[in-house]
Amino acid sequence: MKLPGRPERSSLGALILIAAVLGCSAAAFAFTAGWLSPARLTPDRMIAALTPPSGPPLGHRRNHAKGICFTGTFEANGNGVELSRAKMFVQGSYPALGRFNLGTADPNAVDATVRVRGLGLQISAADGEAWRMAMINPPIFAVSTPDAFHDLLVAAGKKDPEAMAAFSRANPEFAAFAAWAKSAPWTASYAEEPYNSLNSFVFTNAKGDEHAVRWSLVPAATPVPITQAELDKRGPDFLEQDITDRVRSAPQRWTMVTTVANPGDPTADPSRAWPESRRKVQVGTLVVQRIEPERDGPCRDINFDPTVLPQGVRVSDDPFPAARSSVYRKSYDLRASEAADYPRSGAAKP
Amino acid sequence: MTDAPHRFAPIQRLLHWLMAFCIVAMLFIGVGMVSTVAPKYLPLILIHKTLGVALLILVLVRLALRLRLSAPPLPVDLPPAIKLGARLSHLLLYGFMIVMPLLGLGMLWAAAYPVVLFGGIEIPALLPQSDRAHTLLWNAHVYLGLAFFALVLLHVAAALFHALVRRDGVFATISPLPQEERVKPAE
Repeated sequence: MKLPGRPERSSLGALILIAAVLGCSAAAFAFTAGWLSPARLTPDRMIAALTPPSGPPLGHRRNHAKGICFTGTFEANGNGVELSRAKMFVQGSYPALGRFNLGTADPNAVDATVRVRGLGLQISAADGEAWRMAMINPPIFAVSTPDAFHDLLVAAGKKDPEAMAAFSRANPEFAAFAAWAKSAPWTASYAEEPYNSLNSFVFTNAKGDEHAVRWSLVPAATPVPITQAELDKRGPDFLEQDITDRVRSAPQRWTMVTTVANPGDPTADPSRAWPESRRKVQVGTLVVQRIEPERDGPCRDINFDPTVLPQGVRVSDDPFPAARSSVYRKSYDLRASEAADYPRSGAAKP
Repeated sequence: MTDAPHRFAPIQRLLHWLMAFCIVAMLFIGVGMVSTVAPKYLPLILIHKTLGVALLILVLVRLALRLRLSAPPLPVDLPPAIKLGARLSHLLLYGFMIVMPLLGLGMLWAAAYPVVLFGGIEIPALLPQSDRAHTLLWNAHVYLGLAFFALVLLHVAAALFHALVRRDGVFATISPLPQEERVKPAE
């Protein structure tokens, strides 16, 4: 029996082995955490690229920071059941909660200055299962990959005009979005805009059949083209005033249209449209019945993470929903911790 | 000699090594998933949530076993300060194993995220949305997670020290390998 507590000669080697095990474990941990990889695209780096020179919008979403809440219903017509077993596609009425918003990091942006308009939406099934989505009005996304989106933010943030030119050369897919931004007509109302998922998802029906899809909310209101110069003459919050007035006088409606991909369509690249001839299925109607300011409104607390999906819907090979989920989550963590910078005005809510 | 067992019961050893593997995986997945925007983010977070809930259930089983079956004694010649350190570190390890999944669930609930596990199992929210609670729970989950990893390293170092330097039979009490009879705690 060895004498306890008295190290033997071989213990130096053992101690070195122990130190090596600890060192390697710590190094592997640091590598996994990205602490040794400054080039890795992390949610923090994406948010840094979204942050304007004037600083982050404390207490607000890090992008699409300006918005207004709505509530209403999603009226499913039952046509979606053939594509997905999502409970919200069974004919019926489901509570909807959402947020009209502008694609800017400035919560006080002047409405006429922001090209991209968006809609965040949560549809709830009877048992509480949620489907969240966040859509925008351009027909295609600006770039093909999250890395390219980061490059776009960095280039757009530079004073040097050559930065954007270099970005456009390196990312030729950006030309289609730039053309839309330059020439597509503006409207004077959130109610006249279409909102597109752009990202593709996979629907699974009760039989287990799978289809790659994208979807759009197509407005019932007729879009009235208006020049940006005319919009400049309106107040800084004319979109919020307009949607508040419209909804007060009558519910506003959008038809949810699902587009089904053919085999070989570019499901992984939201910068590429699918051919117009693809099968389209109208699955229901979003009815917006009430508008509330964001500060005390029901959308404030919701992260419209597009990967919060019901059974019957899952992500596809499109890399954006995962990236958006990761960055939105970080944005939520930040703004929740900064809630004191965006205080609620309502009565005694802690 | 007392009636105390020389080794932990097989079910305890099995749970120890199963949970050790899963906890190390959880810690690595945790720091990995929050530092990526790649598609693997989604499967990683699904595994993290599912495994976290599974580990919460396992630690309760393990705690019940630990309270019911007595643990092998530490070597009598172990210095009292080391003995105290061993007891405290094991208490802390149990504390982390219980608290970490609860903090994780709590921070998701307080952020109004649906908690959906592998297979579509949904855990109902037991907390309302709250910016303040989310921030507190999120910070606690992150910083206690890092402290948990440090404690796991300390635990590994101590285990190896017992196994390779002191060779006092402490490692044999939990070792997954069958032990020869002569290897028993010094008494």
